[in-house]
Amino acid sequence: MKKVAYPYVMWMVIFILVPLFLVVYFAFTTGDSKNYDTFTFSLDNFRRFLSPIYLEVMTRSLLLSVISTFICFILGYPIAYIIANKRSAKMRNNMILLFVIPMWMNFLLRTYAWLTILGKNGIINTFLNFLGFESLELLYNSGSVILGMVYNFLPFMVLPIYSVLVKMDRKLIEAAEDLGASRSTIFRRVIFPLSLPGVMTGFTMVFTPAVSTFIISNLLGGNKTTLIGNVIEQQFIYTGDWHFGSTMSIILMGIILLVMAITNKGGGDLEGGRGALW
Amino acid sequence: MTSNIMIDLKNISKSFGRTSVLENMNLYIRENEFLTLLGPSGCGKTTTLRIIVGFETPSEGNVIFAGKDITNVPPYERQVNTVFQKYALFPHLDVYENIAFGLKIKKMDKAEIRQKVTDVLKLVNLSGFEKRGVDSLSGGQQQRIAIARALVNEPKVLLLDEPLGALDLKLRKEMQIELKNIQKRVGITFIYVTHDQEEALTMSDTIVVMNEGLIQQIGTPVDIYNEPKNAFVAKFIGESNILPGIMHRDFLVEFQGVQFPCVDKGFAPMEPVEVVIRPEDIIMTEASKGQLTGLVEEVTFKGVHYEMVVDVQGFKYLIQSTAMAPAGETIGMKILPDSIHIMKRGEAS
Repeated sequence: MKKVAYPYVMWMVIFILVPLFLVVYFAFTTGDSKNYDTFTFSLDNFRRFLSPIYLEVMTRSLLLSVISTFICFILGYPIAYIIANKRSAKMRNNMILLFVIPMWMNFLLRTYAWLTILGKNGIINTFLNFLGFESLELLYNSGSVILGMVYNFLPFMVLPIYSVLVKMDRKLIEAAEDLGASRSTIFRRVIFPLSLPGVMTGFTMVFTPAVSTFIISNLLGGNKTTLIGNVIEQQFIYTGDWHFGSTMSIILMGIILLVMAITNKGGGDLEGGRGALW
Repeated sequence: MTSNIMIDLKNISKSFGRTSVLENMNLYIRENEFLTLLGPSGCGKTTTLRIIVGFETPSEGNVIFAGKDITNVPPYERQVNTVFQKYALFPHLDVYENIAFGLKIKKMDKAEIRQKVTDVLKLVNLSGFEKRGVDSLSGGQQQRIAIARALVNEPKVLLLDEPLGALDLKLRKEMQIELKNIQKRVGITFIYVTHDQEEALTMSDTIVVMNEGLIQQIGTPVDIYNEPKNAFVAKFIGESNILPGIMHRDFLVEFQGVQFPCVDKGFAPMEPVEVVIRPEDIIMTEASKGQLTGLVEEVTFKGVHYEMVVDVQGFKYLIQSTAMAPAGETIGMKILPDSIHIMKRGEAS
């Protein structure tokens, strides 16, 4: 190993490996979280997780984040495609900038903004009342959580797809055209298959934060749409059971790794394994 | 010529914004012909090719293909196929899928596709490569696959855009011969774009020399080499000594104060002309026996021959010869009548 690598290795050990080890350690033990002497090895936490309450929360988290990821894809792909096909580089950069600018704003603030839009006395309902309609329940349901996820994570879908599309060799498209392919055939048989690595990266980059979020569900979801992130947060901040919190974190990590493995396998085959996330 | 005209370019002009790339170009291409568009980069040769494929629409003029005007027909409906400069093989498909791409679009029967792919792979000497990924192939192999992918569609015309540019010298020479053989076997029109004059001379039936959007000369390789129409062609095709002269009368030209018998005629008496002499056509003699005498300034060994720079009254001749005279020596030079080529003065330069 080169000497210049030592600081990075140190960094990885202190800030990644040690914390990870502690989380695993806490996950497989029980006892008083504040007193190390009371820790004993146990699988109780895993057993506890298998109860219907937690499984339901987990299922809801997965379902909502899968739906959000899918909506991001449906919205994000055409956006990325349109931007990537703009001829002027300046135009492309400006349009991408428009998608990135909201990300410079605080995540919490961005999410709070939706409260004032969707709330009982929010912009939409005020407008509906003005037109003489009843107010709608727009907040504190699955829909508003999905909206929050899509809104916050859409750029993570657009950017990787865009970067693959914009770098695509135009000669390949000309070659397909030369071989008799119409525009729709070119998209189906050349452009889309070649953009799959970007799509897979987008899936991972949207799914991962979506499945573990607690802020979005806290603000927009209310009590009815508690996600796994909220439950973990509760264990650490309110209940003080670091062991059970760690267990759920480990399980969530396992699920994310599994999803990434599946999506990367799908994308990796088409691309000869290059550019996959791991 | 008895063979039919395949492609007829009529009064083609093309400009991008304010830059004019092609100016009123007229060119016809015959069936089964190996035609090369030759010229330096930016001469309009690639644009001409792209107009024939349909990637560009001419600003003015018409493209006639087998008697039909196809100026506004999109590329995917034209009966031509292209071999691209950097191959442009689909990286997500294997060799078989790459070659079958065009056939699958035509919804051809599966067994028929398999047969055609096998045949065309045999034609380009890559039998058994069906399942290979294109990334695992060498440059030369990728090039053959690109040719196979185009040929399998049985186009009437195959367009090749500097296809050998990325290959090393030895492979390029092999591929030149192979391309010519393939063309003879499949018997279709090849339109080849290159800036490499040697490549053009080796393979073509007809060479079109282009410069700055204008056709400079159209002819067989021998014509173009021996009878360049102007100084640009003379300089671009091989090396030449070009010097000013005066045509005294038919078959007699004077340059550097010496009169030389030549084989050209049809000039006005005492008309100023330009004289082209190929470096390999100058014969070295003893100082006293030459028509011209000069001082050897530089000698370079080139393998097959020596290349010498000889100064005669301030004009520096380039001479190629298997014999060698050392630098600093005074030598004589003889030029035979049919080694002298006379061009009209001022036809571009």
